[in-house]
Amino acid sequence: MRHVIVGAGPAGVVAAEQLRGHDPEAEITLISGEPEPPYSRMAIPYYLIENIDEAGTYLRKQSGYFDEQRIRVLHDQVTGVDSGSHSVALAQGGSLGFDRLLVATGSRPLDLPVPGGDRPEVHHCWTLEDARAIVRGAQPGAKVVLIGAGFIGCIILESLALRRTELTVVEAGNRMVPRMMDETAGGLIRDWCESRGVRVHVDAKVASIDDGRGNHAAAVRLENGQVLDADVVIAAVGVTPNAEFLQGAGLDMDAGILVDRQLKSSVDGIYAAGDVAQGVDFSTGGQSVHAIQPTAADHARVAASNMVGRHQAYHGSVNMNVLDTLGLISSSFGLWMGKDGGDSITVHDPDRYRYLNLQFEDDRMVGASALGLTEHVGVLRGLIQTRVRLGVWKERLRKDPSRLMEAYLGATRPIGYNAHVL
Amino acid sequence: MAWTGNVLRVNLTNGSIKSEPLNKQWARDYLGQRGLATKYLVEEVDPAVDALSPENKLIMVTGPLTGTMASTGGRYSVVTKSPLTGAVACSNSGGYIGAELKMAGWDMVIFEGRSEKPVYLHIENEDARLLPADEIWGKSVWEADGILHRRHQDPDMRISCVGRAAEAGNLYAAIVNDLHRAAGRSGVGTVMASKHLKAVAVRGSRGVGNIKDPMRFMQATEAGKKVLADNAVTGGGLPQYGTQVLMNVINEMGAMPTRNMREVQFESAHRISGEAMHEPRESDGKPNLTTNAACFACTIACGRISTIDQGHYTVKNKPEYWHASGGLEYEAAWALGSDTGVDDIDALTYGMFLCNEDGIDPISFGATVAAAMELYELGAITKDDTGGLVLTFGSAEALTTCAELTARGEGFGKELGLGSKRLCEKYGHPDLSMTVKGQEFPAYDPRGIQGMGLAYATSNRGACHLRGYTVSSEVLGIPEKTDPLVTEGKPELVKAFQDATAAVDSSGLCVFTTFAWTLDDIAPQIDAACEGEWSSEYLLQVGERIWNLERDFNLRAGLTGKDDTLPKRLRKDAANVGPAQGMVNDVEAMMPRYYAIRGWTEDGRITDETRQRLGL
Amino acid sequence: MAMALKLEPEKCTGCLQCEMACSYENEGVFNPAKSRIKVFSFHEEGKFAPYTCTQCEEAWCMHACPVEAIVVDMATGSKNVLEDVCVGCKVCTIACPFGTVNYEPDSGKVIKCDLCGGDPWCAKACPTGAITYVDEADTTYERMRAWAQQAPSAPARFNPPKPKEVQVFER
Repeated sequence: MRHVIVGAGPAGVVAAEQLRGHDPEAEITLISGEPEPPYSRMAIPYYLIENIDEAGTYLRKQSGYFDEQRIRVLHDQVTGVDSGSHSVALAQGGSLGFDRLLVATGSRPLDLPVPGGDRPEVHHCWTLEDARAIVRGAQPGAKVVLIGAGFIGCIILESLALRRTELTVVEAGNRMVPRMMDETAGGLIRDWCESRGVRVHVDAKVASIDDGRGNHAAAVRLENGQVLDADVVIAAVGVTPNAEFLQGAGLDMDAGILVDRQLKSSVDGIYAAGDVAQGVDFSTGGQSVHAIQPTAADHARVAASNMVGRHQAYHGSVNMNVLDTLGLISSSFGLWMGKDGGDSITVHDPDRYRYLNLQFEDDRMVGASALGLTEHVGVLRGLIQTRVRLGVWKERLRKDPSRLMEAYLGATRPIGYNAHVL
Repeated sequence: MAWTGNVLRVNLTNGSIKSEPLNKQWARDYLGQRGLATKYLVEEVDPAVDALSPENKLIMVTGPLTGTMASTGGRYSVVTKSPLTGAVACSNSGGYIGAELKMAGWDMVIFEGRSEKPVYLHIENEDARLLPADEIWGKSVWEADGILHRRHQDPDMRISCVGRAAEAGNLYAAIVNDLHRAAGRSGVGTVMASKHLKAVAVRGSRGVGNIKDPMRFMQATEAGKKVLADNAVTGGGLPQYGTQVLMNVINEMGAMPTRNMREVQFESAHRISGEAMHEPRESDGKPNLTTNAACFACTIACGRISTIDQGHYTVKNKPEYWHASGGLEYEAAWALGSDTGVDDIDALTYGMFLCNEDGIDPISFGATVAAAMELYELGAITKDDTGGLVLTFGSAEALTTCAELTARGEGFGKELGLGSKRLCEKYGHPDLSMTVKGQEFPAYDPRGIQGMGLAYATSNRGACHLRGYTVSSEVLGIPEKTDPLVTEGKPELVKAFQDATAAVDSSGLCVFTTFAWTLDDIAPQIDAACEGEWSSEYLLQVGERIWNLERDFNLRAGLTGKDDTLPKRLRKDAANVGPAQGMVNDVEAMMPRYYAIRGWTEDGRITDETRQRLGL
Repeated sequence: MAMALKLEPEKCTGCLQCEMACSYENEGVFNPAKSRIKVFSFHEEGKFAPYTCTQCEEAWCMHACPVEAIVVDMATGSKNVLEDVCVGCKVCTIACPFGTVNYEPDSGKVIKCDLCGGDPWCAKACPTGAITYVDEADTTYERMRAWAQQAPSAPARFNPPKPKEVQVFER
């Protein structure tokens, strides 16, 4: 069996390993579009603050690991897929045949769609190559303008601030991390950042990137007329799946490659996993792109099983994120914005930057978001993903929402009232 | 070492909060907890002050072994001047807050002055703040606990709190921590409320480190735990029956104070005993006892967690009392039960819940109700005084109504909140108050246990079993059996127990360990943890120093040797039944010898030589 | 013989000796706040529940780690955090549906149970036998794992789950 995996991020690497585990005889080729060994973009922020070196970002650190696993790593770009002949075309020439193909090409950052958005001072923060450029430019004291305070923007934000740059953040939405946190929590993150010396503009749209004033290389002009001096501009305004090379291959696409519970696309023999895949969403029952590491790993494992013919159905991904903004830790899970007909429990302690919002449908938790919660935070995933009926624990959570672990144990184990109820 | 070395000083009058270094020399001389805080109190407070004035101070204090793996190493004490006795007050509690305070990095917190408005202290490691208590003032301990936990969003935050009784001036109000553990005696809660301090909420994540010799400490604590596990009391009786293991034993030997100590045996003791708590109820088929529970680090786990029958008259329409909570310990079962003649175990449990919910000492409360019942029987108290309440011995309804009123500081409950001494004086029968120095007796009738009479009479905080528990020797034969009905040798026994207990109370350990441990088991644990050398002999000397320091405070507060006595009933009215039938407590016979071996004058003052010998 | 921690809530008294033993072994300090095992208390029911990582087969934490900082200890089967590799991104803390991986702000790393390399201190310190380290076949962990595997069930609109599906524990 010939397995070809396009993309050497976490989904690709985990899938390759799983395939090897399932089938010692299989031929496995992992195609990486970048020159480095497979690495993790998630680790780039820690590279930026020089917590780790480049090798610290590598997904597998043991030298010769992939050879040992007999996983062939090919550094090339795939330019097209022929689903009829089951082969992929390579940029450096030639093609590669496959019995099963896994598309795990992830996503790439969107360009800044304004005049001057392509100036040399404007960087993405996505690849190791981008990171090297930022490390060169974002020296202590440099004026850095970060455009976009979504999840990725906020991850970079911390690194840039810790590099002791003079940092300004510009977000078009009305709050920080608008797709992860509600207004209250987003507002608290903003207050916190500002208290740590980061300037934050929300509801601020960039009009253009212009020539710099004085000795600054560039100037970020906002639609409201404000002009921000910048030595380095970083654009983090969203991502899009890397799927253009699939044109003509006949795969059904929406926001990503549509895949079923087996992670199979609409074309036999072709699977997709990770950020490029639009798979079953646990919370909605529909299909969503959840561009997060745990989903990439889950996708990869399920896809690999099905690629070798072991039928496994994916339970669906729960959207979740965790963010450390200069020491303020936030997380969100599932339908954190709530569900129609549902209800919620909230506690809010702005003085101590604490916030917890739990969303319910009947007595089941469907979503949650939290600020300042680091102990046992994963149980929010457990509570949501088990769909456990909370019974009396819902009222107890209303009285004291911090008793999440107790609610989980009380509702799932023979401890609480609920053990008798169920 | 083992101490954190940090003292938190909170001035409630001006709101200032300061950290200061612990006085290391005093720690060497007084070890910690009871001894060390008493030293601070003696140095900083004029013993003559009004206990409820801003000039009094309130100290929450841990011991060097608090927050360690030493078994029972989770204790803390509250030291202040008592409004009930006018003497020094030191109330010891388990649960978790003592360890939490230590984990936050504090050996003790000293509260001074009085806040203009109700406040609570919130401690998160180094961060300590006084916060407005408007939302919790006027609320029960249980309600306040829920509100604070919700506000601070940390299930592991530990809370000590006073209830409505303390706010209303009840003189034996307790400071309840972890919902059902309490610094119970002598009205320490009353002092706290008088300072408009409603609660102390603590979260500590710094931990307890700097053990002098960690390897040796682990070995010593391990050896100690083995002794506790192998001992029949600490390894068997206490975990199974709690302190209630004593109910039938003490009753049989005719030392169970009954109906305001008129009698020495309770005919229904078996119905309210530890064994009875295990029996399935006829009504709902479930036992009163839900489980046993431990305090922090305790490998004995004597705590009782009980659940009242939902159909019981006390809680029938009150689902808020249907959950499990701290149940009957021996002292509470006695005071609420045999002393009032009530044998309905769920009624007693309800009474216990109320004592915890609003922070009152069940011993003083039960004994005061018992005194009131006797006054009622005599006609000295009438329905006009009680608001219609019929106070007859044996009436569960009377008891539980009294508990409700007293816990909330309402109606006749306010009078009961004065304690039995003031109540009996008010109604013209001071002799009916079963108290020493104004504090009510615990559950051992000294006519049947002679040594306890001397221990009560000389206890520095008024009648108390925990200041010199000669029951160990006289009843249980620990460390060796003495005859409970004789007075010979008892002064020496009492002194030895008093001094050793003062040391144990200063260590962070629980005195219940001494059912199995002697100082020879404890000293190696302290010695491995604490700077300096700590032998059994030295600990005994520390204990004696503490005892005399407390005595000195009391004498300067205006107490004299004349206060070292027992109520007439125990000295003149002989036991009516049982092994001690025909006996009174002969405290007068024991006192001269006791003073002599203490190194005190004939009228109970500390001689200069004794002061010198102990370095006072 | 595969060994596992066996946790029996009904025997737990809430003394927290396990938490102190754990923190002392791992951090050199008596500090429940840094313990990998935690006793949850259920005041209303009068119950206590010691709880820690089940070393589950799925190893959500391990697979979620972007830098390979969580690895399987071949000797014990535990999933261990390599402290010098961990970058503190916390993704494992949200990935673990049991809530047993915690971020530790002091070190900037995550902590979880590693079975003390095969000689767990919590079990040694437990005075009542509520925590024991025994042959895996003798633990409730098998049942917990079974539960863990089946728990993420299909969405209700496709395949309505029965409430009892998650309740595989014996009372």
